[in-house]
Amino acid sequence: MSDLEQFRAETRAWLEENCPPEMRKPMRGEKDATWGGRNPEYAHPDQKVWMDRMGARGWTVPDWPKEYGGGGLSPAETKILREELKRINARNPLNSFGISMLGPALLKYGTEEQKLEHLPKIARGEIRWCQGYSEPNAGSDLAGLATSAEDAGDHYIVNGQKVWTSYADKADWIFCLVRTDKTTKQGGISFLLFDMASEGVSTKPILLISGYSPFCETFFDNVKVPKANRVHDENKGWDVAKYLLGHEREMISGMGLGAGTDQLIEAARKGVDPILRGQIALFDVRSRAFAAMSERFIDELKAGKAHPAQPSMMKYYGTELNKTRHELLMAAGGSDALEWESEASNGGAAPRAWLRTKANSIEGGTSEIQLNIIAKRILDLPS
Amino acid sequence: MPLYLNDEQAMLRDTAKEFVAEHAPVSHMRALRDAKDSTGFSRDLWKQFAGMGLTGILIPESDGGLGLGHVEAGVVLEEIGRNLSPSPFLSTAVAAVEALKGTAHAARWFPGILAGETVAALAIDEGPKHNGRIEMQAERAGNGFRLTGAKTFVAHGHVADLILVAAKTGGGTTLFAVPNDAKGLSAAPERLADASLSARIRFDGVEVDADAVIGDVDAGDGPLGRLLAAGRTGASAELLGVGGGAADMTVSYLKERKQFGVLIGSFQALQHRAAHLYSEMEVARGAVLKAAQLLDSGEDAREAVAVAKAMTGLATTLAVQEGVQMHGGIGMTDEYDIGFYMKRARVLAEMFGDSNFHADALARAAGY
Repeated sequence: MSDLEQFRAETRAWLEENCPPEMRKPMRGEKDATWGGRNPEYAHPDQKVWMDRMGARGWTVPDWPKEYGGGGLSPAETKILREELKRINARNPLNSFGISMLGPALLKYGTEEQKLEHLPKIARGEIRWCQGYSEPNAGSDLAGLATSAEDAGDHYIVNGQKVWTSYADKADWIFCLVRTDKTTKQGGISFLLFDMASEGVSTKPILLISGYSPFCETFFDNVKVPKANRVHDENKGWDVAKYLLGHEREMISGMGLGAGTDQLIEAARKGVDPILRGQIALFDVRSRAFAAMSERFIDELKAGKAHPAQPSMMKYYGTELNKTRHELLMAAGGSDALEWESEASNGGAAPRAWLRTKANSIEGGTSEIQLNIIAKRILDLPS
Repeated sequence: MPLYLNDEQAMLRDTAKEFVAEHAPVSHMRALRDAKDSTGFSRDLWKQFAGMGLTGILIPESDGGLGLGHVEAGVVLEEIGRNLSPSPFLSTAVAAVEALKGTAHAARWFPGILAGETVAALAIDEGPKHNGRIEMQAERAGNGFRLTGAKTFVAHGHVADLILVAAKTGGGTTLFAVPNDAKGLSAAPERLADASLSARIRFDGVEVDADAVIGDVDAGDGPLGRLLAAGRTGASAELLGVGGGAADMTVSYLKERKQFGVLIGSFQALQHRAAHLYSEMEVARGAVLKAAQLLDSGEDAREAVAVAKAMTGLATTLAVQEGVQMHGGIGMTDEYDIGFYMKRARVLAEMFGDSNFHADALARAAGY
């Protein structure tokens, strides 16, 4: 047996023993997601068991180095772990902006102290992070942000407002873009980390069309942030921001995979009109092709073969696909899928999820921004 | 196994790219068309393919071939597609070889294929849409069978040395290898929209020996399934090349054509369409590679193959339409190559089932 075959066998056995049966059932909605943090919420106690077991093994972040709480796995081993998790329909043990966004940026730009301080807590789900990027006047034009960080010796004084901060009201720490030089645009941005419990930080959830409030307005009123919490050089935050955005787009593109076409197929089996059946079948083609593309993308990424702007393509395609999926689910569900509060509808899970997906092609850079990036950086089209 | 070309496959791609672009660029196809060439491809070129070992790409090393897989065959087919090179490579070196491999026919036909002398054609379709239905009958007669029926859309069927034909035999389907000189067989070449030649073939009581059977009688679904899986995956790879070639031409045009005093590629309306097209082609590429890798691994590849054929059909259809539109008036001229891409894409989209056929197959397999 080759080393990889042995690794697969051991992984399969370990998962068999350690992944609780409850965690092999599909999630019923947003509330079943595990986010960890100082004040964790679990819809089922096995969520914590599963997160803790995977976290202890470093398998919430299988390819991070062991010294930072990762699993230290090679790309080939990571792929096997992913396949084995998929094989048993295991839920994601830990949803985390720390894992999908901040971690990769810290691994590249963080100091040794910052890595040792933050990465292991991310890996084990002890600290929940949020992202302070967008502002009321800096959306697609993100680099136009105005939240200021004034130099006060060994620390900064941060003032300003962020918006669309996902789960800011539930997060423990924030990674935040601030302006440290007003005379230039991209070149005047710095990247700070600070505790959401700091004095002067307040959040206000925004009620969305889904009836949920996953996004917040976040206010900073003279918040003191030690300079040691700055990642990379002062005024070099845009490099970190862009690098992190690549990873954010990677994560969001994963939504294109969603639950594949399973739910749609289930609905179609119950009987739909022939035109909707055809639409679902053609959607399934794109959905499965995108799954293959995602595999290819991740493999190329891990081998350093992916075009640096390829996450934009994945983000664009995956989010548009996910929106189509939910349009079809609504069409297949008919009036059942319109119920907003009933027990039978699990509190309107279908329509709320449908509405939530409309943000997919806005958050993390709109579809139009992704198309701009593809046109300029991949196709090299003129300005 | 990572889902990208390994070093050897990437090397083969570079070789194939150079070779096909040098010996069979679009101008080669145009010249054949303008000369009203009656073969439909260049026999010299087929010999050169053999000289490179490419006709034996899927033939096992023990039979004198390269013993490579569908990923490698796809790499070659993509370049054939990109250059719109007329070639019997797909029907002969890919689909026919895959059906004959491991059967008694290998010894008879592989040497000629390896030498670049033998061409095979696939007589599968009986109507204008590929649908898997077979009406053609093969009755037992003497020591063999008598074949009666008609097939259509048989690429290279009028010049092929060997025709693989599927027919109904009492208890199922049987796949036959019929030599072109069989009595009662008549092949009428028709020129298609893309200038390729495809035959309508009539079998008027064509008598073949029992050893014309590929595999076993009534068990033709095995070799036919292999033939179709290889043909569909190969056609997907060729489509990828056609769509990629059209997209590349179009993006280049956006960088050189000026209107209103600026390059038209600076217009966001066109940039977004080009970027969307890029995305569709990339997703199609993932699907093709996945299907080819699965076929090579010996795992069940049926669904992946259907996805690849359907997705490349959708993506390439978009590529050629955007290609003509973004070229503007010049895209409508015969003198310019982009129109050739549109025509070739249409032919390949139909071959071995179009996107709707394969989407429907996926739906049926999923139980709806």
